[in-house]
Formats: sequence, C-alpha cells, structure tokens
Amino acid sequence: MSGERRRPRWGPSWALGLRLGATLYLGLLLGLPLVALGISAVRLPPQKLWALLSSELAAEAIRLSLRSATVAALINTALGLLLAWVLVRYRFPGRGFADALVDLPFAMPGVVAAIALMRLYGPGGHLGQYLDPDGPIGGWLASIGAGEFSFTGSRFGVVLAMVYATLPFVVRAVQPVLITIEPEVEEAAATLGARPPQVFAMVLLPQFVPALATGFSLALARGLGEYGLVTIITGNIPFQTLTATVFVYQRFEEFDFDGATAVSLVLLIASLGLLVLINGLALWYRRRLAL
Amino acid sequence: MKPRTPSHWIQWLLIAIGMTFLTLVVLLPVITVFGEALAAGLAAYWGSITDPDALHALRLTLLITAIAVPLNTVFGLLVSWLLARHNFRGQALLLALLDLPLSISPIVVGFMMILIFSPEMGLFADAIQRSGLRVVFATPGLAITLLFVTVPFVAREVYPALQEVPREEEEAARCLGASGWRTFWSVTFPHIRPALIYGVILCTARALGEFGAISVVSGKIIGSTNTLTLHVERTYLEYDATAAFACASLLGSVALLSLAVQTLVRMIPGSDSSPPLSG
Repeated sequence: MSGERRRPRWGPSWALGLRLGATLYLGLLLGLPLVALGISAVRLPPQKLWALLSSELAAEAIRLSLRSATVAALINTALGLLLAWVLVRYRFPGRGFADALVDLPFAMPGVVAAIALMRLYGPGGHLGQYLDPDGPIGGWLASIGAGEFSFTGSRFGVVLAMVYATLPFVVRAVQPVLITIEPEVEEAAATLGARPPQVFAMVLLPQFVPALATGFSLALARGLGEYGLVTIITGNIPFQTLTATVFVYQRFEEFDFDGATAVSLVLLIASLGLLVLINGLALWYRRRLAL
Repeated sequence: MKPRTPSHWIQWLLIAIGMTFLTLVVLLPVITVFGEALAAGLAAYWGSITDPDALHALRLTLLITAIAVPLNTVFGLLVSWLLARHNFRGQALLLALLDLPLSISPIVVGFMMILIFSPEMGLFADAIQRSGLRVVFATPGLAITLLFVTVPFVAREVYPALQEVPREEEEAARCLGASGWRTFWSVTFPHIRPALIYGVILCTARALGEFGAISVVSGKIIGSTNTLTLHVERTYLEYDATAAFACASLLGSVALLSLAVQTLVRMIPGSDSSPPLSG
C-alpha cells in the first residue's frame, strides 16, 4: 500500500483508545498465557528442568514427535508439490472437487477425522483388516516373521495422523506461485535443448523453493503440535507412539505440572522458532519477488 | 496460466498419484464418517444425537462458540483496521502475536490456561479462590480457551483485504459529506465483506472443532463441561461407534458446509484468495 497514512478523522483520543483496547485485548489474551508458562518454567531449577527433559520417556516422546513431524512434512512436501502441480497445470475430471477437497483437513475437526481414519485403517477397519494377523497382508507379514503388525498403533499411525493434519500447507503455499509461472519460460528452456527433468530442476524448482520451505515449516510446526488425531489413532504406547503433546497431556492428568511445563516449554520454543523462520521466509520471498 | 488437457502418459500418472493420495487420506475418511453414522439406520442416528449427554455437549459447544466468534469478529475487524490504517510502534509485534495461536500446540494452549486460572497452582490462584469463581473445568475457561485459539482468523483475512480498499473512494465519500460510520458501511465494508465472511467461517469451524486445548481445560465432566468433540472421543473410546459417528457427522457437516461457502466466496471476483494458514 502507499506510504501515506492519514491521521484518523476522529480525535486522537478515540484512535488512542481503540489502539489501547486492541493492544490490551491481544496482550492479555495472548501474552498472559506465555507469561504463565514462562513463570512456571523459571520456578523450576535448571538442573530439575534438564532432569525432567532427559527422563527416558520425555526424551523419547520429543524425539518421536520431531522425527514423525519431519517425515510427515517431507511426505506432504513431495506429494503437496505434485498435487499443486497437477491441480494448476492439467484439466481432468474432478479437478475442481479435488481442489476444494485439499482444504478439508483444516475444516474437519481432528477427532472426526481420527475416528474415520481408524475405521478405515485401524485393526478390523475397512482397509486395515487386510493388515490384521488373520488378513492376507498381515498373515504374510507374520509368516515371514515380521510379527504382529498394527498400522495405526505404530509409528506409521503417528505419521498418518500428522500427514492428514498438515496436508493442505504445501499445496496452498505452492499453488499461487505455480499459477504465476508462464509456460513460455519452460518452452524456451526446452527449445534450448533442456530435457524435461532439467527444465524442472533448473528452471521451475528454484522458483518455488521459498514457497516449498514455507509450506514445509508450517507443516512441521503443526505436526509437532498435533494432538487430537495422534491420541485417538495411535493408542499412546510409551516409547512407541507416545508423542510430546500426548506426554504433556498425561503429565497434566497426573498433576505432574513440572513435567508438563518442561515439555510444553520445548514445544513452545519450537513453535516460536518456526514462527520466526516462517516470517523470515516470507520476507525473503517478498524480496525475491521485488527483484 | 490455463490448465491443459494432459497429453503424455506421465502426466496422467502424476494425476493418478495425486488423486489416489487425496482419496486415501481425505476423501475416504469423510465418506466413512457419514457412512458409519447412518450404518445403523436413521432411528439409531436420531437416538444418538438426541441422547441427553450429546444434546448437552451440543448446547455447550454452541454456547462457547457463540461467545468466542462474535467477540473475535469485532476485535478482528478492529485490529485489522488499526494495522491497515494507522502507523504505530509495535505493529510488527502485533502481527506476529496474531499468528501465535496458529503455531502453538493446542495442548500447550490448554496447559497455559491451567497455569493461569487453576485455583491451586495458577497465576491468579489466590484471587480465584477468594472470589469462588470457577474458570478451569467450567464454561468460562472453555470460552477463554476458544477466544485464544480463534483470535487470528478474522483479522488475518480482513487485514489484507482492507489494505486493498481504494482510498480514493473513501476520500470521495468524505468529501461528499458522509460521516465516518457512513463511509465505513457504504464504501469500505463492501470491499472487505468476502474476506470477513471467510474469516468468520474459518473462526466458527475452528471453534466448533477445537479438541486439544479444550480437553485440557474442560476436565471432561459429562453433562457439564463435555463439548461435542469430547463427546465424540468419549463415545468412541467406549466402543459406542454409532453415537460417535453420529455426532461426528454433525461436526463433519459443518466442516463441509464451511468448505462449500469458502469455495463460493473465493469465486467472488476481487475477493482475497490467500490460503488459510491453519484450521
């Protein structure tokens, strides 16, 4: 927008009042909870905080969350790029419907999606039954000694939950960039003798790297914080499917506020860090566009 | 650019991969919700929804949504107005703060609310004990939690739209003698209406579907602080699949409806089509 900003027509006291009101509302509503967690964390002596975090269960929960959220974000980066590409470039039956469907994981409450995913892929589910020990695939897995395999009650379940929750981020970050890329550039590269993979890697990819990075970070942040889908799908098995968010919830339920504070702090710092990164990426991206 | 009809088998393969992924992860679950809800027949469906616990959960959910959404709509309009039309220090901070609820884990949000309002451990423990007011494990706590979680949606949608409003039109209205309010309603408001509708829908969908933060703050007291999402979880864990899917289908319908309206709003020319950041 243009640089000129006008003084409001109403008196300055009015504007000041509104500004004060808005700042107070945001400050109290959003700032106070952060302060509360900060105070609760400061009250813990550093050694105790460290001991709480390095307890086997807490450390494994944090590791699992980080690993699964990264895997889910990577899956969604690859398939999100593919989806965005297909939706922008090709005309095919059901394209509009598919485009609208991409937003569904944001609109659909996590619990609703979770029980549906369980009914589909869980033990005895419409598709999950084939993986059960007496199902064809599960039986085969058992026969080769893979033991009893549960798709949802394993790390696959954690990743599935996070993939569902974060699916729209990369698609919606890349789509607007793809729309602005003119096919003439690719055609020019092709005329100059570039093979399709070269065109993709050297002409197209550099243009949407910032958008991909933004989508990836958003997905990572959301995946780390995911709770509803994870808790219902995976059954929260300690050392196997118990994520950091579920750990916080269980500590809280047992009135172990110190344990909950320690892991909450890690999750909060991670999301604040990613928030700064995402804003930095947006800035970088705007600068690139301005060039 | 305009989409083209695929001409190469690799292009069809890409489409097939993308659509298979979308079908397995998004489409099949939503079909499952409605299929399972109606699997036991309409009578069972109706019975599950009109169960007293379910009705109470539904009423509570609507109540806290009806508190959070209007408040955050008015406030979101105000904040986006301030951000777009005024220059003041701390503006960048205000914008960053606004993004906060989208990136913090709902569980951490709920736990932070406990740390503020818990009568035993909270920041205001003394005051809360003295006043005898129940905040956590009661309706006020649920409403405040929803306020926190849904604060960004309206402001994030309206702010960019407000920046796009041609200032000349507002100035012309002023020159013709319209008051500040009149200018807002007749000139500015029509420009931001699609964004506002979009923001309110996102805000409502999130409020109805919130689960993680709510499950910490509510204490899950059946018939008292159990919201609809918590009711779905409880019935599901009690192996009452019919009840769980019936109530889930209510929430799912709202999600589908919000998606339909979003798609319609997006088709209105001139409306902001920026992607929603979170759900």
